[in-house]
Amino acid sequence: MIQPGFVLAASFGYLVLLVAVAAHGDRRAGQGRSLIDSSLVYALSWGVYCSAWTYFGSIGRAALGGVWFLPIYLGPMLAMLLAWLVLRKMVRIARSYRITSIADFIASRYGKSPLLAALVTLITVVGILPYIALQLKAVSAGYEALTGGQGQSDMAWWRDGTLYMALSLAGFAVVFGTRHLDLSERHEGMVAAIAFESAVKLAAFLAVGVFVTYGLFAGMGDIWARAQAQPDIANLLRLDGLGFEGFQGAQWFALTLLSMLSVLMLPRQFQMMVVECVDERHILRAAWLFPAYLLLINIFVLPIAIGGMLMMGDAGAGAESYVLTLPLSQGAAWLALLAYIGGLSAATGMIIVETVAVSTMVCNDLVMPALLRSGRFAQAGGDLTRLLLNIRRAAILLVLLLGYLYFRVAGEAYALVSIGLISFAAVAQFAPALLGGMYWRGATRAGALGGLIGGSLVWAYTLMLPSVARSGWIGADFLDGPFGLTFLAPQRLFGLSGFDELTHSLFWSLLVNIALYVGLSLIGRASAREASQALLFVDVFERGQAQPVFWRGRARPEDLRRLAGRFLGAARAEALFRDHARETGTALDSLTADARLVDRVERQIAGAIGTASARVMVESVSQEEPLSLDDVLEIIDEASQVRVYARELEEATIELRAANEKLKSLDQLKDDFMSSVTHELRTPLTSIRALTELMLDTPDIESAQRDEFLGIILSESERLSRLVNQVLDLAKIEAGVAEWHTTRVDMKALIAAALRATAELFREHGTEVALDLPERVPMVLADPDRLTQVLVNLLSNAAKFVPKGRGRVQIVLLRQGDELVVKVRDNGPGVAPGDQATVFEKFRQGGDACNRPPGTGLGLPISRQIVVNLGGRMWLESRPGQGACFAFSLPLQGQGRSR
Amino acid sequence: MTDKVLIADDEPNIVVSLSFMLKREGYEVLVAPDGLQALDMIRSDPPRLVLLDAAMPGMNGFDVCEAVRADPGLSGVRILMLTAKGRETDIARGMGAGADAYVTKPFSTRELIVRIRELLA
Repeated sequence: MIQPGFVLAASFGYLVLLVAVAAHGDRRAGQGRSLIDSSLVYALSWGVYCSAWTYFGSIGRAALGGVWFLPIYLGPMLAMLLAWLVLRKMVRIARSYRITSIADFIASRYGKSPLLAALVTLITVVGILPYIALQLKAVSAGYEALTGGQGQSDMAWWRDGTLYMALSLAGFAVVFGTRHLDLSERHEGMVAAIAFESAVKLAAFLAVGVFVTYGLFAGMGDIWARAQAQPDIANLLRLDGLGFEGFQGAQWFALTLLSMLSVLMLPRQFQMMVVECVDERHILRAAWLFPAYLLLINIFVLPIAIGGMLMMGDAGAGAESYVLTLPLSQGAAWLALLAYIGGLSAATGMIIVETVAVSTMVCNDLVMPALLRSGRFAQAGGDLTRLLLNIRRAAILLVLLLGYLYFRVAGEAYALVSIGLISFAAVAQFAPALLGGMYWRGATRAGALGGLIGGSLVWAYTLMLPSVARSGWIGADFLDGPFGLTFLAPQRLFGLSGFDELTHSLFWSLLVNIALYVGLSLIGRASAREASQALLFVDVFERGQAQPVFWRGRARPEDLRRLAGRFLGAARAEALFRDHARETGTALDSLTADARLVDRVERQIAGAIGTASARVMVESVSQEEPLSLDDVLEIIDEASQVRVYARELEEATIELRAANEKLKSLDQLKDDFMSSVTHELRTPLTSIRALTELMLDTPDIESAQRDEFLGIILSESERLSRLVNQVLDLAKIEAGVAEWHTTRVDMKALIAAALRATAELFREHGTEVALDLPERVPMVLADPDRLTQVLVNLLSNAAKFVPKGRGRVQIVLLRQGDELVVKVRDNGPGVAPGDQATVFEKFRQGGDACNRPPGTGLGLPISRQIVVNLGGRMWLESRPGQGACFAFSLPLQGQGRSR
Repeated sequence: MTDKVLIADDEPNIVVSLSFMLKREGYEVLVAPDGLQALDMIRSDPPRLVLLDAAMPGMNGFDVCEAVRADPGLSGVRILMLTAKGRETDIARGMGAGADAYVTKPFSTRELIVRIRELLA
């Protein structure tokens, strides 16, 4: 026996340590160096699943039923196999839509239904109270076993240490669970403390296990061997052992299924796994760390149970405190105290997380809707964040006190395990609505409501009421059926017997639940809001960032801002709007309340007061257009198109950018062209103007001088008009507005005509012209005038550049494949290699300035443009010193058709 | 003593008009058909004034102007830039190169002669 004062001091010391860990976790979170951002801590925090029920109850159950304690842990292990699929989806959905509790999750899925949220909350509270009572009972029983004191339930309540334990736990939950109104309801300090508790209880349990197995016995083999020697204990090691007539697969399956569901649906599990999840990727590792944890904490369950039975010879309720009494009986007081602290940590962890989770649900889904409906809060302005926190604090206290009340009133009726299973069966009712809602688009609110109500009524009737009846609160004859109707006997409904009461209840309640859920969903029709939420939930991974927003209507940004301010506080509301403005690239004061902004505000508020209440509040400040199912489909369609648009937009942007670059360079070309044209225009103008002025100002000018000047003026005028004509000509051809008179053309005749036009030029300088023309050439389709222009240009260019007196120009006409080629070769200086590339550009005149023959620098560009327009090419063949040869080709393909 | 004036321009007809005008005013006229020859002539026998065309093959007027201004021995040479381009950037560049005056083509011979007289006063 240990002195009560000592036990109390140790308990208190442990709680202080817990506070320190939590405070440290919160401080680290504040510094941005999260303590819980690790898959190990995340997995340890899931260990909250192992409550005092595990710690004490498993051994009790093992002492009674052998391996029957196992399904409670096999279920979660099996569930973890699916964690990556199911849990990750839950986490993603909760993250995306700011869901902070299981009630919120289910209500949000079915059209943000306040009724569903309230119903789930009610079921949770009713179902979870016995469970909390169980924790208190475990701690209380542990304390008695340790101190050898009397049953405390006989004491007056104000002298009951369990009450003060409950109160101090409420204090802890208030401090670390409702310190501030977090938008995502995450509590880093609390999670750190829970992970710490998981480590403590595992260590304590393993210490006791090792002490019993290797200290009191010579290892596991020794224990098994000794157990086999005692027939009543040996039975425990068989599946068809003590207390079970023949192996009952149905029961085994029922228990496994039950715990499989509870590990996801229990409020504290949802809180730890979903709400407190820092990083989705942690799930992957936690999904095998957690089963490993369960394995470790279960390894010594049977050895301790059997060891206890062998040593203490007592297989009754006393087995539940073997972890304490075994060390104590061997004088290992310190180990007993450690074991007690382990049990305490299991109980406190469960109570803290459960009450925080339940208080969020009570506040958001029971109290707030009532307050908001009362009108007073809906209308009044002002910051409500403090009020929300106070409601939650009150809810935590209330839940714990109710749990304590249940413990005082009904705690003695049942063993720990049975109480726990009642709670398990209650939360299992959420499974069809929750899991179905994540994968079945067709599930409706009516189905969820029907299933939940039906399932939980059956649960209450077949499991809850009988437990109450056993406590003597209603007549025990109720168990044989109300009003003597035996087919309604709560534990043999419609004559179904042969199952234990849990399997029986689970069978009927889930049957009714699923039947109503599926049946009503199939019969009824989902509203637009249900359908849209269904899509958001089921397809949460499908759309990435381009989530559709199901909202149409009008709202004023000021109203939204005021609304956000009330539930988030002014600073957070300000930040929310600022972020939105930045992300949409709008100024803060010119934000419009479009669907995205409304949706954003609603989600943020949902983090504070739950999705259902948030929906009501947003509705109250905006004129919404009711959505039809067609609208929902349309919005989905738009959203998927948005992604296509985004990709197309990106491509279009690239194209536009390229086009813009091209335009810019074209613009630059045009500028250069204009600049060149004006330069070319100014030069002759300058001469004309200067010479004219000079003649005017010099009346006594010599007549020879005057004639020279007039001659220059005339030739410069001709140059000007030539330039203007050619610029206009080129502009027309380039713009594609030039007129083309295409006809069948005899190239030989054209060459002859061009030679006649340039004969004077050649004769003047004594240039010899040679012709190399075939006998017959095919006709080509072309504009004869334009083609003559090209030939004249090439010939006059040649005439200009050949040396005077010994010039020689050769014209070659030949057929090459399906082209007709014309070459004009001269014996001039040729084109320097550096100039060959630019010779066809505008205003690039050959020769140096002084010796350059008159020209506009537009002849070749125009010629080439003409040839290109006729479907041919023009090019230069030249080596310096060997003269130049300008050539062009025209396609012959039109010839066959014209013949 | 008559002032020597160099005409640096690649357009023969403009050279004709400018030299007629300068001779009529009594100046001694030299002609350079491109920038390089102009710079050679300025260096070998510095004139009082250069009428410098901005756009010439070989070495353009701005470069000639800068080269002259960079030579302390040629500080007495006045430079009047002539260009067909009247854009602001060209004027700025001409001034930056150190020209004493800037006249755009087509110019008035009457105004040009006034500017020349001012520069040589």
